[in-house]
Amino acid sequence: MKIDRRSFLGLGLGAAAGIALSPVGVKLTDDSSIWTQNWPWTPVPEDGEITYDRSVCSLCPGACGISVRKINGRPVKIEGLDDYPINNGGACLHGISGLQYLYDPARIKTPLKKTGNKFEKISWDEAIALVAQTLGKIRESGTPESLGLITGADSGSMAQLFARFMDAFGSPNTYTMPSLESNLALTAAALHGADRRLGFDLDHSDFILSFGAALIEGWGAPVACIQANASRCERKAKLVQVDYRLSNTANTADKIIAVKPGTEADLALGLCAVLLTKAQISTGRLFGDVNKFAFATMVVKEYTPAKVEAITGVKAADIEALAMEFIKAKAPVAVPGKGRGDVGQSLREFAAVQTLNALAGRLNKEGGVFVMGPADYLNFPENVMDEVAEKGAGKDQLAGSVNELVDTLEKNGGLSALFIYNANPCYVLSNPEKVKAAMDKVGFKVSFSSFMDETALRSDVILPASIFLERLEDVVSGAGLAKTVVGLCRPMVKPVFDTKHPGDALILLAQAMGHSIAQSFAWESYDSCLGEVAEKIWENLSGDGYVVIDDRPPAGTPATDFSFLASGPKAAEVMGEGDYTLVPVDKMRLAGGSMASSPFAVKTVSDKVISGKYSVVEINPATAGALKDGDVAVLKTAMGTAKVKIGFNEGIMPGVIGMPRGLGHAFNNPYVAGKGVNVNDLIGPVIEPGSGLDAAFGVKATLSKA
Amino acid sequence: MIENKKAHKFGMVIDLDKCTGCGACMVSCMAENNVPFKEDESNKKDSITWMRVYRLTNGKSFPETQIAYIPRPCQHCGGIGDHGHSPCVSVCPATATDYGYDTGIVSQIYTRCFGCRYCMGACPYHARYFNWWDPKWPEGMENYLSPNVSPRMRGVVEKCSFCYHRYQLAREQAIVEDREIEEMEYQTACTTACPAGAIVFGDLNNPAHKVHQIVKPDPHPDPLNHKVVGKSRNPKVFRLLERLGTNTKVYYMSDREWVRKAGDNYLKGEWENVKTHHGASSSHG
Repeated sequence: MKIDRRSFLGLGLGAAAGIALSPVGVKLTDDSSIWTQNWPWTPVPEDGEITYDRSVCSLCPGACGISVRKINGRPVKIEGLDDYPINNGGACLHGISGLQYLYDPARIKTPLKKTGNKFEKISWDEAIALVAQTLGKIRESGTPESLGLITGADSGSMAQLFARFMDAFGSPNTYTMPSLESNLALTAAALHGADRRLGFDLDHSDFILSFGAALIEGWGAPVACIQANASRCERKAKLVQVDYRLSNTANTADKIIAVKPGTEADLALGLCAVLLTKAQISTGRLFGDVNKFAFATMVVKEYTPAKVEAITGVKAADIEALAMEFIKAKAPVAVPGKGRGDVGQSLREFAAVQTLNALAGRLNKEGGVFVMGPADYLNFPENVMDEVAEKGAGKDQLAGSVNELVDTLEKNGGLSALFIYNANPCYVLSNPEKVKAAMDKVGFKVSFSSFMDETALRSDVILPASIFLERLEDVVSGAGLAKTVVGLCRPMVKPVFDTKHPGDALILLAQAMGHSIAQSFAWESYDSCLGEVAEKIWENLSGDGYVVIDDRPPAGTPATDFSFLASGPKAAEVMGEGDYTLVPVDKMRLAGGSMASSPFAVKTVSDKVISGKYSVVEINPATAGALKDGDVAVLKTAMGTAKVKIGFNEGIMPGVIGMPRGLGHAFNNPYVAGKGVNVNDLIGPVIEPGSGLDAAFGVKATLSKA
Repeated sequence: MIENKKAHKFGMVIDLDKCTGCGACMVSCMAENNVPFKEDESNKKDSITWMRVYRLTNGKSFPETQIAYIPRPCQHCGGIGDHGHSPCVSVCPATATDYGYDTGIVSQIYTRCFGCRYCMGACPYHARYFNWWDPKWPEGMENYLSPNVSPRMRGVVEKCSFCYHRYQLAREQAIVEDREIEEMEYQTACTTACPAGAIVFGDLNNPAHKVHQIVKPDPHPDPLNHKVVGKSRNPKVFRLLERLGTNTKVYYMSDREWVRKAGDNYLKGEWENVKTHHGASSSHG
């Protein structure tokens, strides 16, 4: 057949029409688009009924109420709980990312035992037997006091259960990690007597004088403080921030008083002196107080505005004006604890600020400071103590504080076994290398951690704890809040891994040890124990999810003992040499304590804080010398050297280097660890005599181009 | 049954004087919308954050320095007269992004998107992100993913949807109960998370809603460009790059003049003119 022009066109058109009309083309296109849009590697989350369950977050001392959204019982989102008396619907980024902790790559999935340098999986029975046997030997040798405990929790039934175990075992060696709560308790003990807590009524104050407290960056109960600050702005109440850098808190303040780092206490004492001279606060007004005359004489002589100007860099006239503004306000309050108020604090500073409150008559007043008794809602049965326990528990503590314990252990040892619960001293304390060396001096370390963090890595046995989303627990508010709320943390899911409630682990352990210790822990489980010891409030606690124990100013004015300050304590020396002062900087988006940040939280952090593997340090361009923004530089202190990136920041005092806290974690979670430097590596502890606190707010440093 | 109801126009106003830069909105958004994360997120150009909080300073030295944090979700541009000519919608060859005339929300349909990224080039607010990699969750972590928002895949663009699934949920409930959606029934994840209460979300068309009362959007033409772009009649309220006429639905509020000025790139002397014209047409309302 001859193909002419006519048949060619006809055939072509026919074919075109055929293809256009045939469903094959459409079908193929459709199929290919469906096929290319089948992404089998992309998860398809299971759908189902939506429910909401309530609990309490215990990631930080804030103790916010949370609402957990579930799909077919599977938690998918955490949000703030409306009408909860602490956070009133608000939440912070760490709490919202709580579900990431549940499936964290660094979670400890089973009990572990260290053999050589490696961890080996063991069963719960084996783990409990192993610990009970080792501890049994210590008791048999008649030295029960050589069991130590380092803990973070300060209140609630878990803290009391651990304390009970230590008592029943026969050891006085319990140490609490530094926290705002513990620093405030120490201050209250020095000024107003033992077993008190301090709460700052920010919600009702019209003049907040903050001595560097990062009120909206994680100080105290973070969400409650952020909300207090928002309401302060609406009420037009004043915030004056004493600081050496433009923190976010300083940024919302009505006024910034720029002080040299580490001189906040001197400023507070200078203000006290002005009040005593200019405002004519007669010492007679301080009824029932101890050593008031000695303190007044000392402070008026040693802290004149001129002298304080020389120390702090704040003009004498400004000091006088600030003191008068403070005393003339209707409901002023002075707030101690720079940054988050946990590490690198001194009793001198806390006491000086609290004294300012006392002089201004702000104790137990609305909008002032509440000096509160312990949150007394638990009734534990009498502890059964045998002869060994009586003898051991009566012995002196090895050290006065966790910082001193590290010192003592590193030099002389002294503990044969150590429990670590809710604490990560090998990361949080200054000079972690020394802490690790101290840990190595302890023969047998038992960790109750949920995560394989720096401290858990150095333990001999790990009894992995279920996290807050997997367990029942009473959570008490604290951390500078002017009210006491007990919330009930409830299991939102069954434990994801082979973990146990640390309370259950402790009860099993006590029962395995037998004798009097087992008698002290005669509960079936932690859950039944909690129901029993919290019986007083259990009905409301389990029904409403929380109980407000107290939210009013306590009655009367507590007496103040001025002896500590009257003795004229000196400021901590800044270690080392260099042109710069290196200070840690607390950021809301980075957790700094025993709990590491979540992948989500780290993701939100600015590239002016983390840049690849580097920490970025803040420095004022005026004192950067030859260094440029973004340069890699070598930061050197008496404790160590680190490579960092330079980040220009006009908002920091010239001569000061600000380094973010909460970076440089070293454990197996690539989303969180291995980024930047742990600022504590560069700072050595400076232990304050009298309090045992690590008062190193910073360290001298040099900076040179890498 | 379709009734001829007045369309919604969902939008928000963010009080920059209240914003503390805490980041709760960013995380709430990521958790709500199944946003993935990578080992290194410090290169912000490839870090997917539907809601991103920018930090500005006034450039002065300590202690005169001031910071303003600017949370930036998708601005949900409506274009002039809310005709839906958003910069991204206008350029999308796949109709993968569209303007919802009933809500004012700019959508993103992942399965339609083929990754040409024209929309990213067109967006003046850098609100759109490209998935250079497939999302990857550590073992077990997919367990917390929400079924209300599909996880995305390599090669598509994603952005803030004003938590559209929350709107759908509230709308379904309202339809079942034969009523209108209540103001607090539909709130975005960032709004509910903000501990400082800096974000107010609602229907800009509904005078009963707080967002309308704060913004007071002007239904009349802007005196500067004679176009209807919903400019705020509140002198403290402004929008980002407002003079582009993108008619965004995210408004910002500040008492501080330097912050309001930072909302656009003004030439020398220009700001004075804009400043005095700000809210000038309020006599109409």
